[in-house]
Amino acid sequence: MRGVARRGGGVGRLGGRARLPAGVAKLALVSGLALVSAGTPLIASAQVERPVVVASKPFAESFVLAEIFAQLLEARGFTVDRRPGLGATEIAFAALRQDQIDVYPEYTGTGLLAILGENPQGSGDDAFRRVAAVFRERWGLRWLPPLGFENTYAIAVRPGTADSLGLETLSDLAREGAALRAGLSPDFIGRADGLPGLRAAYGLFPGAVRALLQAVKYQALAEAEVDVIDGYATDGQIARYDLVVLEDDLDFFPPYDAAALVSARLALEQPAAVAALTELSGLIDEPAMREMNRRVEMDGADVAAVAAGALRALGLAGGGATGDVDAGARDDSLLRYLWERRATTLAETRRHLLLVLLSLGAGALVAIPLGLALERARRAAEGTIRAIGLLQTIPSIALLAFMIPLLGIGVTPAVTALFLYSLFPMVRNTYTGVRDADGSAVGSARALGMTELQLLRWVRLPLAAPVIMAGVRTAAVINVGTATLAAFIGAGGLGDPIVAGLALSDTQMILAGAIPAAVLAFVVDGLLGAAERAVSPKGLAG
Amino acid sequence: MDTQATGLEARGVVKRYGQVTALGGVSLHVPAGSCTALVGESGSGKTTLLRAFNRMVEPDEGTVRVGDRDVSMGEAVTLRRSLGYAEQAGGLLPHWTVGRNVSLVPWLLGSTDAEDAARRALDLVGLPADEYAGRWPRELSGGQRQRAALARALAGGAGTLLLDEPFGALDAITRVDVLRTFASLQKELGLTTLLVTHDLRVAFELADQVVVMRAGRIEQADAPATLRAEPATPYVAELLEKAGVA
Repeated sequence: MRGVARRGGGVGRLGGRARLPAGVAKLALVSGLALVSAGTPLIASAQVERPVVVASKPFAESFVLAEIFAQLLEARGFTVDRRPGLGATEIAFAALRQDQIDVYPEYTGTGLLAILGENPQGSGDDAFRRVAAVFRERWGLRWLPPLGFENTYAIAVRPGTADSLGLETLSDLAREGAALRAGLSPDFIGRADGLPGLRAAYGLFPGAVRALLQAVKYQALAEAEVDVIDGYATDGQIARYDLVVLEDDLDFFPPYDAAALVSARLALEQPAAVAALTELSGLIDEPAMREMNRRVEMDGADVAAVAAGALRALGLAGGGATGDVDAGARDDSLLRYLWERRATTLAETRRHLLLVLLSLGAGALVAIPLGLALERARRAAEGTIRAIGLLQTIPSIALLAFMIPLLGIGVTPAVTALFLYSLFPMVRNTYTGVRDADGSAVGSARALGMTELQLLRWVRLPLAAPVIMAGVRTAAVINVGTATLAAFIGAGGLGDPIVAGLALSDTQMILAGAIPAAVLAFVVDGLLGAAERAVSPKGLAG
Repeated sequence: MDTQATGLEARGVVKRYGQVTALGGVSLHVPAGSCTALVGESGSGKTTLLRAFNRMVEPDEGTVRVGDRDVSMGEAVTLRRSLGYAEQAGGLLPHWTVGRNVSLVPWLLGSTDAEDAARRALDLVGLPADEYAGRWPRELSGGQRQRAALARALAGGAGTLLLDEPFGALDAITRVDVLRTFASLQKELGLTTLLVTHDLRVAFELADQVVVMRAGRIEQADAPATLRAEPATPYVAELLEKAGVA
């Protein structure tokens, strides 16, 4: 089996390390270009150097490759802006097309299938030539020559299963495996080159299929919760659990050669950075990559340290950059870990609060007047509120992806998406709160000569205030949670350690984001609950 | 309390809601200083007619006068502040104290002694201000709330009151209490009152003129004694019979 996992494709779901293109942030390769225009690193140039924005998709291998790109560029004198963990192929690729990032690691099969929508045919070389030609012609993007390893899907079973059923190939699995339970990435289940194609090529495949995120799949297999999983050929976990990878005897899985995918702008503005990245071509083989993945995912080694070690071993960089000795393993206690990264957590929390407060404030400024206006125009109200409610049904990741062509990546699209999510609870509560304010009190006050404005100011708003505040509170708590997804489009916040932790199978890192996010939601809810009581008119029951 | 009584008059008032005619050309005169009760079944148009006087309902045809003013001239809010109003549920603002509720109209009028006016009105309706002004509406009984609503209708100095079922939601004993208070105020202050009630006994006890309405028209408008002696139609006779006031 050529076991290489294809990473790449699916629209990002939070879960699996699903094939999302390599994280955008890490590889800020391009920015340093200006310096190097003469081909010699570090030659000062009159041009202002833009940092090369190096990104990755949210899984360990992508993080590692992006960090290798970044450190190599730094060693060649470029300034790098890292954007690791961008949420999905769609997001990373859109960011690259928009020149929001300059380079990220991608896989040829992903480029063919997920981006071009083509069925790969022929050899790995054919696939590379095809994507290289089409991407350049269509978008001006450059595929640098492959790094030297392939990472396609690996269908894996426990050794005991393989022995008892005599499984060696996927054809064996199709013949013998009807009673097995499969745990597959959500995007693998849906992609044409995933489960549907596999079923078509091999016939029968285990009937019972559960969607499992990458982060839990191997553990679920090891604990016999499922019997078959899809992984990636370079996953360190395959070695850790001593799994049997079934051979793709019909050559169903397309080639997934890893390569740096470079923006048109970097190619144009900083060719020396592109040249520097090209030095990596052909130098990283499958065992080397699997070993780096194993160290990062299993040993808890620091991504920067692993990348620095790789560059040192290749003789490409003097071990400089961030290459201290392997950062410690993860067996420290959680509390200690949290304490040691408290400054980072604080900065992430601040960023998180910024995202939530900006979006909530803007949302309230729009939603509350809109709710009041709808109360005056009730005929339009239900339709308008329902339309706003529809926004709520757009999955967060999809909404974030839609934002990229309009607003790029980073804080702006994140705040915009959160703003849109915050509208519904606030509009609905304002409208119903004001509409349902004590009819007899409102009617009498009007009959005694209050103007409509006075009614609003002195009767409707005060009576509706607790309901409106409850809407604000709901929106705030939703936003604190949803803002963790902003990490997928490079907006930072407490989602950063969650995304990175999921990618690196690092529970402590996940908790370093999840715990403060939960505490933040609790605190925000408590404060707004107090505000709700404070604005609650005194004469009302209670 | 300083009041000035003016008469009320409606001429040929028509009000339609889509296909439904709520008032089919109604004329009515309430002499200054007197009390007129509008009675009739639900949907007979009595509340619609009452609300035409403070422009909570705008007629499609006809004229409505308060004193010598055509109410359609000028601002609705100015008109409303000059007319006392109270309704069945009391309609007190739940987030304002009783005192502040009662001071509503003087406050809207920009009066500097709104609070004193409210206290005088509360005393007048039998809710001593010292005891009741600081309470919340929910801390009052049903009868006390109706009294407070009455005080609110009076506090602005209006000599004309529009009352929509003001004694409706009360138990029998409380109703008699509030009725007596109102009857004595009516005389003492020389108020012009237009009152909607479904209860003919209340109408016969308080009103100088009882107006029987049916399907958007006036069936008969006369003094209680005349109604008893000479019901104009079998409908009126039957209504009086059923209510036990015949």
